[in-house]
Amino acid sequence: MSAPPPNGAATQTVTRAVTLVGRRPSDTLWSETWRRFRKHRLAALGAAVLLVMVVAVVVGPFVYRVPIDEIDFKAKLQGPSWAHPLGTDDLGQDLLARMLYGGRISLAVGVAAMLIAIIAGTLIGALAGQMGGTTDHALMRLTDLFLSLPTLPLLLLLVYLFRDSLKKALGPEMGVFILVVIVIGGLRWMPVARLVRAQFLSLREKEFVEAARSLGAAPLRQVVRHVLPNAVGPVIVAGTIDVAAAIIAESSLSFLGLGFPPDIPTWGRILFDAKDNLDFAPHWALFPGTAIFLTVLSINYIGDGLRDALDPRKVLSSASTGQDAGPAAAAGS
Amino acid sequence: MSKYLVRRLLISIPVLAGISLILFIVLAMAPGDPFEELATNPNVPPEVRANLRHQFGLDDPIPVRYLRWFTSMMKGDWGFSFVSRVDVGTLIMQRLPTTLWVLGLAQLLGLLVALPIGIYSAMRPYSFFDQLTTTLAFIGFSLPTFFTGILFILFFSIYLDWLPFIYRADISATGWRWYWENLRQAIMPVAVLGLFQGASMTRFVRSAVLEVIRLDYINTARAKGLSERVTILKHVVRNALIPVVTLVALQIPGIFTGAVITEQIFRVPGVGSLLISSILANDTPVIMAITFVFACLVVVFNLLADLLYGWLDPRISYR
Repeated sequence: MSAPPPNGAATQTVTRAVTLVGRRPSDTLWSETWRRFRKHRLAALGAAVLLVMVVAVVVGPFVYRVPIDEIDFKAKLQGPSWAHPLGTDDLGQDLLARMLYGGRISLAVGVAAMLIAIIAGTLIGALAGQMGGTTDHALMRLTDLFLSLPTLPLLLLLVYLFRDSLKKALGPEMGVFILVVIVIGGLRWMPVARLVRAQFLSLREKEFVEAARSLGAAPLRQVVRHVLPNAVGPVIVAGTIDVAAAIIAESSLSFLGLGFPPDIPTWGRILFDAKDNLDFAPHWALFPGTAIFLTVLSINYIGDGLRDALDPRKVLSSASTGQDAGPAAAAGS
Repeated sequence: MSKYLVRRLLISIPVLAGISLILFIVLAMAPGDPFEELATNPNVPPEVRANLRHQFGLDDPIPVRYLRWFTSMMKGDWGFSFVSRVDVGTLIMQRLPTTLWVLGLAQLLGLLVALPIGIYSAMRPYSFFDQLTTTLAFIGFSLPTFFTGILFILFFSIYLDWLPFIYRADISATGWRWYWENLRQAIMPVAVLGLFQGASMTRFVRSAVLEVIRLDYINTARAKGLSERVTILKHVVRNALIPVVTLVALQIPGIFTGAVITEQIFRVPGVGSLLISSILANDTPVIMAITFVFACLVVVFNLLADLLYGWLDPRISYR
């Protein structure tokens, strides 16, 4: 701060900023984000609920050691009881054990598909934004093309067509998992690509990037050190919403009978099996459905909270969340 | 404007061709054979099967098959179903009215829910009403349609026994009773889809109205002494609804895919359930046609949304 400030107001701002920084010397970008995220009460609640779910499905099967495929016809279609806290299905299999096990897969599908969508989208968006010209044009046309693909029919089609060959190659669980994750992630990268490209186009012209450029930073260094870290906020928000959308997509596939096979009880698959027994075993459908709903709701609230927390200009919560009106609503579209 | 329209139309042609090519390659690469059934049937000699394959051109190289399919598609000849031996066009046309009827009502319900609630909560941001509806909207679009459907069936069909949970296309009643029965069985699928659409639309309407309501010309309208009703309805809503119209147009293809799930839950005999049953039966021509129709809808409605936007908002200029 060697240049003398032009007027008093600026001095005041500077000193205020300095005192602010002085009061919180440990304030990094992330602790600041975390502080603002906690203020969004529902987002914090969502994070807590999601954490409980994750701990339950990760640790649960080690604590609750009932096998998921123990058939007991004497205890079939029973409601919740001490022996079976969430009741049993038509083969007398314990629903709590199945849901804990299946929840692992449902959540893992969501996270893995999100990672694929984010990585592919960031790569394509960054490439288009940085290269410009013909590359940009071609990649954006590709993005448009993918955006016009009817997602759910294509999802159904791909999973149905390639399920058997992948099952043979990688085993039933891994094969279907990889297929579902790749297909869902591969059909959801487009919004991220557009977002990253837009960020690149505006950040590329900012002074700090120009400064790096004039200091002789190689293009790769400019991108990785200077542009990407500043573009990461919206990507994180999009990624959060993508986890919810991917979980819904997987459950929809399983619900239509085209996802995981019956011996891998993801939440959607349990619902599919339960839907023909609604009149005498409603608990069978209610528990997995509620699990999906709670997970998706928590993730959507976390996404909302992160959007507010990561955007310093939008301190006043969700007053203008414009285009992101329905995060997970895009599950099928 | 017309120049822009022509250019946009010309752009959509390669997009559609690209989509059809992707679909075709996926199907051609896939394992599975429509004549599998014949292969396992001992009464059908292999020569007959080979002849059939040849007759349908299944042994030709992929580019030839694609070109043949694409040209006949353009001529309006969509082939016929491997399974039911019916013309694909006829098959889709049989199912389409039911789907359109359910979807149209659902979209209407969504708008009827979203418009008043969204506008009212934007007029009083952060009030109790606003917070309540925001929470409900979050719950609404976090509830997947397949679970809402099950909840509705549990409550209205099984617990209360008010509504039928299987949709029938062949209702035998006549006259008013026919209309009544049709309406009654449409209530649950329409409500499930409509409320889901309405939830995300409410948020969108709210933020669109909020953005306009802060502008200076609204203050001017109030200062002129216009009543609140006139200010909101004639000044705010007219401008705020411009992006909403676009959203509705953009949502229509999405709601078609949502229909696949709803039709499966309530067994509505529409295009969505036709798609599922054709996928399970390996019925390539029907799958291709339906998926392609969905893709066309996306492209058409994207174009429509762009044009509507420009027509409604003179600030947008077409280069």
